[in-house]
Amino acid sequence: MVSVRSVYTQPSSLTYSDLPWIIQHREDRCTLCGQCTAVCPKQAIYLTYRRQRMPKLDILRKKRGNEYRHFVGIRQHTSIDKMCIGCGMCSSVCPNEAIGPVPNPNEHRSQFHMNQKGEAWKRGGRRNAPGRTILDRISFGRISMLTDPALDAGRHEFSTNTILGRILPPEEYLRRRAAGEWIPPTREIFPFVIGSMSFGALSPNMWLGLLQGVAYCNEVLGIPVVMATGEGGCPPWVLKSPFLKYIILQIASGYFGWDEIIRAIPEMQCDPAAIEIKYGQGAKPGDGGLLMWFKVSKLIARLRGVPEGVDLPSPPVHQTLYSIEESVMKMIQTMSMAFGFRVPVYPKISGSTSAKSVLNNLVRNPYAGGMLIDGIDGGTGAAYNVSLDATGHPIASNLRECYLELVAQGRQNEIPLFAAGGVGKNGNVTQNGMALIMLGASGVHIGKYIMQSSAGCLGNEMGRCNVCNVGICPKGITSQNEKLFRRLDPDDVAQRVADTFMSIRTEMKKIMAPLGRSQSLPIGMSDALGIDDADAAERLKIKYTC
Amino acid sequence: MCRLALKTADTPFSPYEVLTAMEAMQEGYDGSGLGLLLRGVSFEDFKYQKDIHVILSGICHTEDALERLHTIMEKRGFKERYDHAFNVSPDLVEADDRFQYVVRVYRKPAGLTEAELEDKLMKTRLFLRRDGEEHGGDLTVFSFWSDVVMIKEVGWPLDVGDALGLNDDRIKARVVMAQGRQNTNYGINLYACHPFFIQGISTMTNGENTAFVPIKEWLIGKNIPGYTGYQSDSEVFTHILHYVTKKLGLPLETYKHIITPLKTEELNKHPQGDFLKGLRTACRRLIIDGPNAVIATLPDESCMLVMDQKKLRPATVGGRPGAWAIASEMCGVEALIPDRDPSLDFQPMREHTVIIPPERKELLIWSQFDPFTLSQAA
Repeated sequence: MVSVRSVYTQPSSLTYSDLPWIIQHREDRCTLCGQCTAVCPKQAIYLTYRRQRMPKLDILRKKRGNEYRHFVGIRQHTSIDKMCIGCGMCSSVCPNEAIGPVPNPNEHRSQFHMNQKGEAWKRGGRRNAPGRTILDRISFGRISMLTDPALDAGRHEFSTNTILGRILPPEEYLRRRAAGEWIPPTREIFPFVIGSMSFGALSPNMWLGLLQGVAYCNEVLGIPVVMATGEGGCPPWVLKSPFLKYIILQIASGYFGWDEIIRAIPEMQCDPAAIEIKYGQGAKPGDGGLLMWFKVSKLIARLRGVPEGVDLPSPPVHQTLYSIEESVMKMIQTMSMAFGFRVPVYPKISGSTSAKSVLNNLVRNPYAGGMLIDGIDGGTGAAYNVSLDATGHPIASNLRECYLELVAQGRQNEIPLFAAGGVGKNGNVTQNGMALIMLGASGVHIGKYIMQSSAGCLGNEMGRCNVCNVGICPKGITSQNEKLFRRLDPDDVAQRVADTFMSIRTEMKKIMAPLGRSQSLPIGMSDALGIDDADAAERLKIKYTC
Repeated sequence: MCRLALKTADTPFSPYEVLTAMEAMQEGYDGSGLGLLLRGVSFEDFKYQKDIHVILSGICHTEDALERLHTIMEKRGFKERYDHAFNVSPDLVEADDRFQYVVRVYRKPAGLTEAELEDKLMKTRLFLRRDGEEHGGDLTVFSFWSDVVMIKEVGWPLDVGDALGLNDDRIKARVVMAQGRQNTNYGINLYACHPFFIQGISTMTNGENTAFVPIKEWLIGKNIPGYTGYQSDSEVFTHILHYVTKKLGLPLETYKHIITPLKTEELNKHPQGDFLKGLRTACRRLIIDGPNAVIATLPDESCMLVMDQKKLRPATVGGRPGAWAIASEMCGVEALIPDRDPSLDFQPMREHTVIIPPERKELLIWSQFDPFTLSQAA
């Protein structure tokens, strides 16, 4: 046995089989073109010279010996900072299919060493909880077969839009109408909303592509899609453009970007779709926004009014306010007033067992235009791993609870509930969204799904990629590095946004037609839902089917 | 699918006439229920006066229930003036627990305002219904109102008519609604038979209401007395009409705008589009979905027919000054009013509301695209 000191090892020394992703390289196919090493966002792979012993036996001379072959091969780094993230860019650029990451089914020793220098593991992405979700398991079982000619999803007209904004009870609507009093603003929108992703978290090309796509959906396809900005403002040219009406501006605890917004108000050609006040986020409840220094480019710094290259953590709470009640009172009213009471203002909270209390508070505020609940499966550009994995509340039961609370008060039409957090995380976006709508949501917000479907985000629930926080997004979606975001063509993103919403609209009809629904979105039509789990059925107050 | 028939005429006629029209449309139902509503009632052996009398309709399934009914009505200050006895042929009745069909005329209690009386009548009806339910369903009450008689029974329409001797001309009415039911979503239950009734307003429907659960939840949430029951998905149509006309005080035309609102593009061009868009949003939970033809009658004897938004259910209206009929099928109209000009029959499309005013001189056909008089919005 060799002496301990002669083998170089440290507590954090790892080998490739300790890492979550293992690079498989086929030397017989490799042309050593170097594209994989050039594209790798983590510099996880490198070209290296290797020596291989070739045993040699000279039978005639009865002599045994060795020869050594030298070759150039590709290897993977095993240090934490350079470990492979499984994004697979190497395989996508390889001309010969010679290289690619494969998930390591072994348990990952690397997990224990992600906290180098005492920094807890921060990452972007998602919760990484694979498998079917509760939403995936819900089926639509109340098929209208008995008395009716079924609706034809392809031929009949469907009304698939929803309402965002405070809705008055009919008696009050008529009274105010007759008295000429203020009627809260509402918007008729498509129930699948592009969820808040900030200008800063997203690259300029991604943001532009989304906006182009949204404008196309509205103006050409007639699908009134809106998108939310996230914290961090909005480019001034957008604020002063007619496209602002497709945008929900978010204000969060860092108030980033609001100097620009307030200054632009006099020059706005139209009102924004709504104002979202972020109190919490499903992926990281209790944390404010986080834009890490890697992404604070010159442009972002200007928009947010901060120096370049510094971390931008928003505080967990709105510092100027004492409690959620006060927030609701002050912020909703202030924001309403800033936009002349013409724009719906609603809060976004993280899924929580206390969501009902917030809701009850909103119900009493005549200016609250809705409530968005973001569940534990929501994604984020940057968060502590522990927050992403372990804090929060799943959306389905949380939303249902809140809806039933409104039903008990007879106010289910007054405060539209929006749901987010894991909608379409396994690809079933329309099914997930419609399940939430029938559980009581007026609409859903989708973030990760849009990044995957419209920009080809590489993340998945197996821990793939997850580096949105450090600005090295290999697809250029969440990077502020020009070299990276130039990989993303805004026109292509816009095209995919249009593709995505066209297909969601068709799928909505395919779900609504057999249920005999076409005139209005089936909000709260829980009699249509079934699930193959008796406990979940009881919790959600829907049918157990097997 | 169910079949509907309504006849309204200046001269009172026998409800049996409407049952013959139902017979003409017999492919459309399965005999799981028949409901009849008579308005503008006259009895052969009693001089009924609308302004001083109210009528209770229902079924006592046991003698005990009949006695309890008697006591309850006495206690609540209703003096009985007439008890209509049907010529019942028990062997023609499918069910075996019909102790007595109740059509009783009471004198209106004195000293109440119109609103107080309406409230009292409804609360008494609900009390009786609850009382029946608490006693194993031995008392079923359909209506308690001036000038309205309701009969509901399981069986084929003509059989029910024969069983109750409705062809003996002892009871006649100026308006008769009938519905032959096909049991759809919910169990066979007398309360599930159309027409449904609340405070003088009655509707019957053909088709399934797929938005039933969200509408029902919303109506229950309003906590308005009488918004209960819901043994049938169609009961919400009656309550919506009650809510629109009585609680919101809106004109009859807005019913159509609430249950099947126009699209945004259409409302943008509508003269009252702005108001209607707001109304659509405020009453969003009352939008019906499902294919339906809704036929309604109101206390002033006006009748109404509206279609679902896609016109997926048939209905025809036809007649002549003095007598009009609405039925699911043309043969139904033909059976009810043979002496009309059939070329003037009208089949409403998705935007139409057909109203037969109490004078019965002509039909009013109102399109949703047309403006209507609305004091509040003016």
